Amino acid sequence: MHTDQKRDIRFDEQTMETVRKIIKRYPEGKHKSALIPILHIAQAEFDGWLSPEVMDYVAEILNIQSIEVYEVASFYSMFNLKPVGKCLIEVCRTSSCWLRGAEDVVRHIEKKLHISVGETTSDGMFTLKTVECLGSCGTAPMMQVGADYYENLTLDKVDELLDQWKSEGKRSRYC
Amino acid sequence: MGKKLLLEHVDVPGINTLSVYRQKGGYRALEKALRTMTPEAIVEEVKVSGLRGRGGAGFPTGMKWSFLAKPEGVPRYVVCNADESEPGTFKDRYLMEKIPHLLIEGMIVSSFALGAKTSFIYIRGEYFYVARILEAAIAEAYEAGLLGKNILNSGFDHDCYVQIGAGAYICGEETALLESLEGKRGNPRIKPPFPAVAGLYSCPTVVNNVETIAAVVPIVNDGGAAYAAVGIGKSTGTKLISASGHIKKPGVYEIELGVPVEEFIYSDEYCGGILGDRKLKAVVAGGSSVPILPADLILKTAAGEPRLMSYESLADGGFASGTMLGSGGFIVMDETSSIVKNLYTFTRFYHHESCGQCSPCREGTGWMEKILHRILDGDGTMKDIDLLWDIQSKIEGKTICPLGDAAAWPVASAIRHFRAEFEEYVRKGHSIKDVKHYYTTQGLPEPAYS
Amino acid sequence: MPKVTIDDITIEVPEGTTILQAARMIGGDVVPPAMCYYSKLKTSGGYCRTCIVKVEQGSAKDPRPMPKPVASCRTTVMDGMVVRNKTSQEVLEARAGVVEFLLINHPLDCPICDQAGECHLQDLGYEHGKVETRYEFDRREFEKIDIGDKIQLHMTRCILCYRCVKVADQLTDGRVHGVINRGDVAEISTYIQNSIENDFSGNVIDVCPVGALTDKTFRFKSRVWYTKPVDAHCNCDKCSGKVRLWYKGEEVLRVTARKDKYGEVEDWICNDCRFNKKKTSDWVIEGPSKVDRHSVISANHYDNLKVLKATVDRQQLALPHGEKVGLGKGALDPNNIHGKH
Repeated sequence: MHTDQKRDIRFDEQTMETVRKIIKRYPEGKHKSALIPILHIAQAEFDGWLSPEVMDYVAEILNIQSIEVYEVASFYSMFNLKPVGKCLIEVCRTSSCWLRGAEDVVRHIEKKLHISVGETTSDGMFTLKTVECLGSCGTAPMMQVGADYYENLTLDKVDELLDQWKSEGKRSRYC
Repeated sequence: MGKKLLLEHVDVPGINTLSVYRQKGGYRALEKALRTMTPEAIVEEVKVSGLRGRGGAGFPTGMKWSFLAKPEGVPRYVVCNADESEPGTFKDRYLMEKIPHLLIEGMIVSSFALGAKTSFIYIRGEYFYVARILEAAIAEAYEAGLLGKNILNSGFDHDCYVQIGAGAYICGEETALLESLEGKRGNPRIKPPFPAVAGLYSCPTVVNNVETIAAVVPIVNDGGAAYAAVGIGKSTGTKLISASGHIKKPGVYEIELGVPVEEFIYSDEYCGGILGDRKLKAVVAGGSSVPILPADLILKTAAGEPRLMSYESLADGGFASGTMLGSGGFIVMDETSSIVKNLYTFTRFYHHESCGQCSPCREGTGWMEKILHRILDGDGTMKDIDLLWDIQSKIEGKTICPLGDAAAWPVASAIRHFRAEFEEYVRKGHSIKDVKHYYTTQGLPEPAYS
Repeated sequence: MPKVTIDDITIEVPEGTTILQAARMIGGDVVPPAMCYYSKLKTSGGYCRTCIVKVEQGSAKDPRPMPKPVASCRTTVMDGMVVRNKTSQEVLEARAGVVEFLLINHPLDCPICDQAGECHLQDLGYEHGKVETRYEFDRREFEKIDIGDKIQLHMTRCILCYRCVKVADQLTDGRVHGVINRGDVAEISTYIQNSIENDFSGNVIDVCPVGALTDKTFRFKSRVWYTKPVDAHCNCDKCSGKVRLWYKGEEVLRVTARKDKYGEVEDWICNDCRFNKKKTSDWVIEGPSKVDRHSVISANHYDNLKVLKATVDRQQLALPHGEKVGLGKGALDPNNIHGKH
């Protein structure tokens, strides 16, 4: 994790160009509409979570009060307001996934990574999270890592994926 | 084989691309609309079609469109609700992922009908990869002159954008969605005013579900009457059903409304029967918020008529013995399933997703979850069952938005139809250690899944 | 002008009037309680659901009843509308349910809360609540937060009425506090350590219906019912200068805005008037305030103390050698404090 180091919180020019394009979608004066898309970009750029400094930076870009960003960021479950591991594993646990064995998947990952739900492995590689219905009920059980869905999971498949991600140092990003 | 109006070409390789989509007749509706129809005529066809909102509420789309205010000089917006988050529902994701251009075409035609120069597809944040697919399709459409200025030389200008959410079921409620699209917390608005008068940026706005907007394409192509000829009674057309749970063939099925439930569950054309040929115990027919029904009542109405997959037939008997078509999220539970545990996952879900704005939902959903947790832990009392009933009744109908009802109905229906199971949990107390153990107390075979 | 009938009383009201406003025009028992609506704050109301009523007839044109109870504070009157509040068992039960929801996570720490005696939740609980709680789980708790040196935020007591957020939005520039998180862990917060610094921030204390935002300069100084409200004014260049001083003996313990019978401030006041002018010499005294609200606070000095004083005087006359009679046990008897109510 890179949370202890102070770093320059600033988008590079290419990212800034994307941000400017997003802002341009909305009518004059309605640029706050860009907040959620920009927060996604910021989270992906700055270690997978939104520190107060990052949120203040987004507020500055959109010329809104910082509290307006905190209010929004803390409302939506995909924004992490605390540091997470490099690879965030989100296992769906609602009805259909539960019916098809999601709890076994969660228990299996907990055991394999020696962490409980909500925790991060000591090497900072994995964070395990349970989430509510991800709209993948017909391919349950499933988990999301970054933008990718991993469906019809079996415990063997989970093992394989975890080993692979660990060896390649996978970083989860939604965008 | 039932008639397919949306998914006919879903398995054609490359159907996600503009060229293959056009080869298969794509963007014919747009050409027809822009070249031969007035906006009013399109609205009329949608009215004639009898199309009803496919997101869950089932409100007549043509009527919703006709409410749109049209003050001079004020922009209007079309917003597509692609926030699909109702547990058990995944049909919109399937449609957008497989045939993105069907939605884009529907968006442009609908926007032309409603006089909107800009439209947004608000998609749930977890569907990031689907958003990328849509964006690619939109880019292709711009390239081909199907979006942007002077589309097909008609003089109609239109821009369509994908807006990404960030994890909040409540944003499927149309006013919460609009708040979110304005860059705010997804708190539902207090109505009136309705979006048709003051929606996005306080401008007149129509918000429709993905499947609803996609259905506008066949309606324009073949006419409202042809659409209305499919289906049964006031349940016209086809419906995408997301089938999941203990069935042999989970997935998305386009059905002609009116297919018997029994056929849907057991025929090889659809779900293919119950996993492991076990017995059917219960079905949640229209997404997590609609009442759960036990096997006998989902297969036949209280009057003994075969239950059909239609708005009317599923609702037959009211909440006493019926349910709702809802979003078409069809969750099947076999005889080994614990109704109490399933309800717990629903209640935990609504507690997690409550926005917290109004008191009954904010406080009541968490309270219900705690009580259910206690019952599952073996520490419940008989009084807890009545307390659950009472709490849900004090949430239902008392909240700003329908999330309150959505949280209350599963609780009410589970107790209504499966009270004995709740009582058994209470009676057996700690001897039911986990759900697996529950099956063995029933003398049932242990299932493959916990 | 539309006519509306509430609990069998008909009144004609201006176009655009809400059911709650119409009920307030009628007055008395017909008025639904309101925990989040605040007539001086735009877009307030709709959240708490305590003011829900039954619309038995939508309008003369469309007489169908509304299917669900509605928030009277956010529902506009239509001509010929028929509304039931206190005369509907359904409404009373639904409201009791809302009150229970508001109380299950409330700490019920009235004995140590500065708001006790003028708390709307206390009144509401008293009127609609049940004696026993059915909630057997741990109550939600938050850390106390200082949001500036004069205002304390005690989130555990908050009912999320949003009034303080609207005050910041509508009265001040650059709001620094708001609602963060969601669901039952949503809270009023500045998110990062921050103080609310502006001339009108103190008004968040006055609009708070419970003891979530309190005046630190008054903290634990006295129960409100032992203090005596006096209306006063001063020449202030920031606000109207019209305030209410709360005396204990000769000492001004706190300064608030003047409030009407629904507990709403009449004029917003500035922080200078509220926090810095605590001497009688800072003010022109107008006289004792009349507190209309049927709360503990209004049951103090007027009728009750007069009665008490008369009793004391009578007893005094009956005693030999000018012995003094103190205010004995009976003076603090809750029945006396509640007075006529």
